[in-house]
Amino acid sequence: MSVDQRINIIGAGLSGLSAAYEIAREGFFVRLISVQPSERAQSNLAEGGINAALDVSGEDDDPGQHMEDTMECGCDLSDPLMVKGLCEKAPSIIRELEKLGMPFHRNNGVIVQRFFGGQKKKRATYSGSITGKALTSTMIDAVRRFEAEGRIERLCSHFLIDIDVREDVLHSVFVRNDYTNEIHEFFGPVIFCFGGMNGLFPGMTTGTYANTGSAAALLFSSGFSFSNLEFIQYHPTTIKISGKRLLVSEAARGEGGRLFYFEGNEKKYFLEEKYGERGNLMPRDVVSREIAFSKKEVFLDMTGVSPSKWGYELKELREELIYYLSKDPKTEYIPVAPGIHFFMGGLSVDRGHRTFVKGCYAAGECASAYHGANRMGGNSLLAAIYSGIVAAKTIKEDIKNGLSLVEGNDPENHPVSHEYRMMNVSEISLDQKRAAILSEAMGVIRDKGSLEDGGKKLFELRSSLPGDISKELIQRFILSEAMIKSALQRKESRGAHFRSDHPERKEEYKKTSIARITDHNIITSFEEIGRL
Amino acid sequence: MEKTLRIRRQENPFSEAYFEEYSVPYDDNMTIAVALLNLSEGQLKKKDEAHPFRPVAFDHSCHQKRCGACAMVINDRPSLACDTRLSSFSEDLIKIEPLKKFPVILDLLCDRSSVFERLKDLKVWIEGESGLQGEEISYEATRCIKCGLCLEICPNFYREGRFGGMAAMAEQAALLAKIGPAQRKKAADNYKRSVYEGCGKSLACRDICPAKLDIEELLVRSNAAALWKRWLKFQEIE
Repeated sequence: MSVDQRINIIGAGLSGLSAAYEIAREGFFVRLISVQPSERAQSNLAEGGINAALDVSGEDDDPGQHMEDTMECGCDLSDPLMVKGLCEKAPSIIRELEKLGMPFHRNNGVIVQRFFGGQKKKRATYSGSITGKALTSTMIDAVRRFEAEGRIERLCSHFLIDIDVREDVLHSVFVRNDYTNEIHEFFGPVIFCFGGMNGLFPGMTTGTYANTGSAAALLFSSGFSFSNLEFIQYHPTTIKISGKRLLVSEAARGEGGRLFYFEGNEKKYFLEEKYGERGNLMPRDVVSREIAFSKKEVFLDMTGVSPSKWGYELKELREELIYYLSKDPKTEYIPVAPGIHFFMGGLSVDRGHRTFVKGCYAAGECASAYHGANRMGGNSLLAAIYSGIVAAKTIKEDIKNGLSLVEGNDPENHPVSHEYRMMNVSEISLDQKRAAILSEAMGVIRDKGSLEDGGKKLFELRSSLPGDISKELIQRFILSEAMIKSALQRKESRGAHFRSDHPERKEEYKKTSIARITDHNIITSFEEIGRL
Repeated sequence: MEKTLRIRRQENPFSEAYFEEYSVPYDDNMTIAVALLNLSEGQLKKKDEAHPFRPVAFDHSCHQKRCGACAMVINDRPSLACDTRLSSFSEDLIKIEPLKKFPVILDLLCDRSSVFERLKDLKVWIEGESGLQGEEISYEATRCIKCGLCLEICPNFYREGRFGGMAAMAEQAALLAKIGPAQRKKAADNYKRSVYEGCGKSLACRDICPAKLDIEELLVRSNAAALWKRWLKFQEIE
């Protein structure tokens, strides 16, 4: 193995770090490409926890039950074999992270776990309310060692601008240096770890701005197949702040917070009334939908939370609410609303995280894998790490079976000439129109009329664009249209996809939806689960 | 309500900088980060015509003080743009400049890669396995967002110097708390060289840190370990 045979990883959040660490450990060379350093990645925003059936709370927990809860939360739309792998590996991932120095919350040396939405047992391992930050820092340290050894080459301030796929086989990727404007062409296998599609909804989600969604849009337009695009997770408790929606972690309810609305002067704890004692911790799709159905302003009541929790478990959360809303959750009710938080859909991958294009793999939120129709709280950090490991192992296996690690990559990274231009002001404004139409159509509650209307508006707007318009903008339109088409195709309600015109779940739709470009048309279809 | 943003512009690392003014309508909550975003989207009115309109380049990502991207100098104070509301200024004119201790790439965008490179040089990683001890220190240290505001304000830090500032200190504090005996000497030497010998204890960093890191506590605990050999008892993970 030599340095001109680097495996490219695009995205340096948690899944990219996990894949890079695993590949470097196996003795291969990695080129870790990201628009920002890992310290700025969206993974740092994850708060509440990472799931593993460690059974430290004396509740008789085991990976089988973790799997059962994950499948149930995902409304049976995940591949059971993949979920099984995820849940079985989870305890050893936690142990491995401990050895890498992850500061999990412990009591007398024993890890403490908390409740999370959709779980029947306490299974979320955590670090205060900065679990994602602590986890990312831990992995950054682990990867840094390989960087110093030259095994991992980091290219920060670089982003994917184009890809050359020839008859479903990867030829090369084009990456632009944001500091110098130079463009580089890289050969060899690629693992995509660029996160969810929140960038298609700028300013409307709990995510970051560094995630623009344009990488996903580029790949879709380049012929990559995407699964389950209709499933967008609206987190039930978010607040509007300047420029975005801010997540109020599920830990707020895990530690005893309750949701209510006012009926006259009376507080109605609607989730407890409908679903019983643990109603506030129903899966996220259920809670978001109940809030949408109520058509009322909903409040988070944490006034009854045990006083001891404010010192550590909910410290950051409280500070944030006081800072942004001037409200102290210890004594005041917090007005909350559902906001876009996670994408269950993404690049179609097989059980080894191979995409449909030979030489390309995908891990983390950009791949559609473990979460079915609705992701369970605490499973995203777990899946980010686990999928990175799986993708790395698959690459290793594929190399053994003849996948070529292209030699002759330019060790000096000389720039190449390649057409690219950033969106200009009028194109950004058109993109905002696109986002408004898309979010209107893809809300918590959908129906044929509003979806068709959104699809038509997007198509008309795209058709009216002049010929010299930015390619990136067109690609963003096309992926948006594919989302709406996928939602139209699924004539049932399941998990995060609720159709008021088809409110029931239907066995015939217990399938993975697929969208891809064929002959310049967006084609949607269904595939049996686990057939990819 | 309206204020004026006076922004330092620079078209490339070698060109001459100039200032440009924009008027910005704002509400109580609007942050500088969002105002700059609005500017780049062509929504703000430019107050002079000396240069044609060009979106303003600046790093930004999370907009919630968690990622440290949008560090800059606002009215002469190193600040995160997402942590600074326009309504917090009594003045009508708000001056925005890039960090001064790092090379400017374009406008407000500067290259802070040296912060990360330094951690590599200081070998900040665990060799062998972490111990169970030192979780509180490690947790506190992990809250550092590597924005560089502490470095900007520090009277002792300069980019080429041996002193790594608090951004390097936080990582090393976590390391000193977690490592086993075999790694201690090297880590202690690195800490002495890059933190202890350089820090003039002005504690300007403590007041500017947007994550409100308990810098004194981290320094005290790290000095105890690295200088006075008061290491935490290593507890192996089962």
